[in-house]
Amino acid sequence: MDARRESEPTPMKNRTTVERKSERELVVTRTFHGPARIVFEAWTKPELLKRWWAPKSTGVSLLSCEAVVRVGGRYRFEFGHEASKPMAFFGRYIEVTPHSRLVWTNDESDDGAVTTVTFEEKGGKTLLVMRELYPSKEALDGVIAGMEGGMGEMFEQLDELLVTLGASVGRS
Amino acid sequence: MVQYTRARFDASFAALSDATRRGVLEQLGRADASISDLAEKFHMTLTGMKKHVGVLEQAGLVTTQKVGRVRTCKLGLRRLEEEAAWIERYRQLWDARFDVLDQVVEELKRTEKVDGRKKRE
Repeated sequence: MDARRESEPTPMKNRTTVERKSERELVVTRTFHGPARIVFEAWTKPELLKRWWAPKSTGVSLLSCEAVVRVGGRYRFEFGHEASKPMAFFGRYIEVTPHSRLVWTNDESDDGAVTTVTFEEKGGKTLLVMRELYPSKEALDGVIAGMEGGMGEMFEQLDELLVTLGASVGRS
Repeated sequence: MVQYTRARFDASFAALSDATRRGVLEQLGRADASISDLAEKFHMTLTGMKKHVGVLEQAGLVTTQKVGRVRTCKLGLRRLEEEAAWIERYRQLWDARFDVLDQVVEELKRTEKVDGRKKRE
């Protein structure tokens, strides 16, 4: 039954926007065709979160997803291609207001953002706004410069190559 | 995501495959220079050097800035373009998630309707 439902086209696809609102803030928005209590439920029940957080198209699978959604509760998502080397995202919920607001920390590093998600219902639709506020401009710049492991790694290799080339040119 | 990275990496290697361009990078590693400085240093025509700098610029290894009649070259990625590309990839990630979330929302709406009917019955 699920398979059939998932193959049905969504009535009207809404646009997702991402904007760097300030030196240390990213804002993601999207409207959903449903009441806030339902969208909120999909963000707060681990078994539902699991279904949409790691879409197949990204090529990464969610290995585990735990979330105790209450103030002070912790979450931990593990991604990866193999269970032996998972990539973990974890933190703590610091604000949980049913159907309207969720705030959590991202504790993977000291430069992690605080994420605030608001759910605003209007005429049966819900506008979702996710704000990620980084501790500094440098923290967000760092994420943008090296977020993807692959990309960061490739540019590191390139840097090394440039250093080697520089050294060899210098000698000649 | 990966495709963009690959294309970028290929462009970088293509740019580095030429001895003059590697020399230009090395030179710019010491100090910024104008195109005419570089042309002179590498015994080239201005047009020839412009082409080389263009390839390096395409690969994102060099940035140039024109002030008056002089175009100055320096090492470095084009930060704003890098950022715009990253934001677009990030948007695509969330868009993919939200497409699935749309389906979850649809499903919950249907379940709620069915449950509502059951309760009334």
